[in-house]
Amino acid sequence: MLLEIKNLHASIDGNEILKGIDLKVDAGEVHAIMGPNGSGKSTLASVLAGREEYEVTQGEIWYNGKNLLELSPEDRAREGLFLAFQYPVEIPGVSNTNLLKTAVNEIRKYRGEEELDAMEFLELLKEKSKLVELDQKFLSRSVNEGFSGGEKKRNEIFQMAVLNPKLAILDETDSGLDIDALRIVANGVNKLRGKDKAIIVVTHYQRLLNYIVPDFVHVLYNGRIVKSGGKELALELEEKGYDWIKNGKSEVTV
Amino acid sequence: MSTTETQKIEELANKEYKYGFVTEVEEDRLPKGLNEDIVRQISAKKEEPEWMTEWRLKAFRHWLTMEEPKWPNVKYPPIDYQDISYYSAPKKKPKYNSLDEVDPAIRETYNKLGIPLEEQMMLAGVAVDAVFDSVSVATTFKDKLKELGIIFCSMSEAIKEHPDLVKKYLGSVVPYTDNFYATLNSAVFSDGSFVYVPKGVRCPMELSTYFRINASETGQFERTLIVADEGAYVSYLEGCTAPMRDENQLHAAVVELVALDNATIKYSTVQNWYPGDKEGKGGIYNFVTKRGACRGVNSKISWTQVETGSAITWKYPSCILQGDNSIGEFYSVAVTNNYQQADTGTKMIHIGKNTKSTIVSKGISAGRSNNSYRGLVKITKKAENARNFSQCDSLLIGDKCGAHTFPYLEINNSTAQVEHEATTSKIGEDQIFYLNQRGISTEDAVNLIVNGYVKEVLAELPMEFAVEAQKLLSISLEGSVG
Repeated sequence: MLLEIKNLHASIDGNEILKGIDLKVDAGEVHAIMGPNGSGKSTLASVLAGREEYEVTQGEIWYNGKNLLELSPEDRAREGLFLAFQYPVEIPGVSNTNLLKTAVNEIRKYRGEEELDAMEFLELLKEKSKLVELDQKFLSRSVNEGFSGGEKKRNEIFQMAVLNPKLAILDETDSGLDIDALRIVANGVNKLRGKDKAIIVVTHYQRLLNYIVPDFVHVLYNGRIVKSGGKELALELEEKGYDWIKNGKSEVTV
Repeated sequence: MSTTETQKIEELANKEYKYGFVTEVEEDRLPKGLNEDIVRQISAKKEEPEWMTEWRLKAFRHWLTMEEPKWPNVKYPPIDYQDISYYSAPKKKPKYNSLDEVDPAIRETYNKLGIPLEEQMMLAGVAVDAVFDSVSVATTFKDKLKELGIIFCSMSEAIKEHPDLVKKYLGSVVPYTDNFYATLNSAVFSDGSFVYVPKGVRCPMELSTYFRINASETGQFERTLIVADEGAYVSYLEGCTAPMRDENQLHAAVVELVALDNATIKYSTVQNWYPGDKEGKGGIYNFVTKRGACRGVNSKISWTQVETGSAITWKYPSCILQGDNSIGEFYSVAVTNNYQQADTGTKMIHIGKNTKSTIVSKGISAGRSNNSYRGLVKITKKAENARNFSQCDSLLIGDKCGAHTFPYLEINNSTAQVEHEATTSKIGEDQIFYLNQRGISTEDAVNLIVNGYVKEVLAELPMEFAVEAQKLLSISLEGSVG
């Protein structure tokens, strides 16, 4: 089991957002987590990545045989956990290349591998930038500075491609994307699927799942997973809307 | 900021100053206090000619009529100028033929700083005029410079060996009446460096001096004069670190640069005086007057500074652009952490036609520090087609520090083109978390952001200095971030 979440409770500023999440993700799988606004989707993504504002009050998270909650955010990343941010931040003065070079080499150091030399690294960047059709000029630009919403999201997937994570969490990667950008991003993600890797797609809408077809769909509502199913669950949700879940809440949670 | 992050930051910020140690060297010092007799004694100890003694005395008498400036945006307890010893020098003053003859304690000090003279001599091709406290103890590469007619020696030596040049230029850019600290310096300056590059000569190596305040409670009053004659070029590096002390130490240096027709002077500083402990106790008061005169046509003076140290920094390396088409540049990184205060910037005075100036100032404030940029761009009436570009950026780390910008513009000629840009940004926890999520530790994340922020300025430093500057930046900011 790559990821196992058991009875996870998490709160921010004393407000409980996650109220007992159970989830198992195996290598090779793609899971979609859907839910209305405020259901706790992004909180779950943030807790997995180790954002310190969120306090885990109960439960466990096991990742690749390790107790995830004991790892610092950077060690989680070095263990192969990647979060594609919903709102990627701008870092003026730090080029994409520089960030990725530092990141790749830190991760390699952690794993006891040799650092990549400049040539190998540039080769890697070139190859991966094609995957998301990212113009080379973005490599030398400051991280996300002055990028459009779509460019930022594409840049996240580009970083994901370079860092080659075991577990990728895409937090609302589709928000703010037009249909072309959505297709490019999804293609990029699909090329990164693999037997030994898993992806968790957090999304509000079904449309991304037309392109990144999930093995499992979970519906998050009010801090709990209230329904799980196959990819058809996403379509059902799209058709019936979240009210269907909200209204039938007591029934499905029992 | 979350509590754990704050704690982490505090832990890192609590690391002690790495270069705090004291070298035991026998020294010769004057009793505390300042009067005409002390000024005469300083001059006598240095075996100076009468004209120099007189110049010092004129400065001292003028100083008595002056008041300490109160306008800088810094706070400190009053300084008792009678409670300072104005002269201290290593007792033995031998002339060395080789480094082996240098006092081992002094050499050890340099080794601790990671700047062994041997390596500098061999690797960098840097001629080093090492000022230990107030007296030069090692001067190297002199012969090679001599062949080219370049004079690079201590100020004391220049006063004795090259009196005509010193008389002509000393005080010609910063007169002894200039300001409280410069006037004090003129009266009591201990030593410093003198450089003269003759007509048409391009100095083939970076000239460098490592300064170090060592004697407890001894103010250090360096005096540096650099003259580039017509068509000459020289790049001068000044770097310093100081040992840990409880008492505040006053450092009031004066640096004068003179560039004649078609001459270029590049002056680079990495300043790392002891900033005081984390409660703000101790630390150097760095009240410096640095000014360059672009006297000739097409002359150029470029100041680059990386300021990470001192409890208080008060300095404005300036350019007087007299010659037509002359160029003045100022590139600065000023870092303040804990309780450090800095009020620094530049003055660009445009007098000649088609004069150009560039100001790039990058302030970084962390801890409870205060960092002010103060700059003046003055375009005089006759300065046709003058141009200035100023960029003043501030980076805040944490939420208890301050950044202030005081740009002054005086434009008296309508053909002037003056541009000013200013930004203030903050290293946010979002940025740190983003980088953490990519496998980068908080400390490395800060370094990455800070280095990105200052790279424009570091690019102006000579290579070997840029590396040292980068190291200093990361030491100064260790764990200050969130």
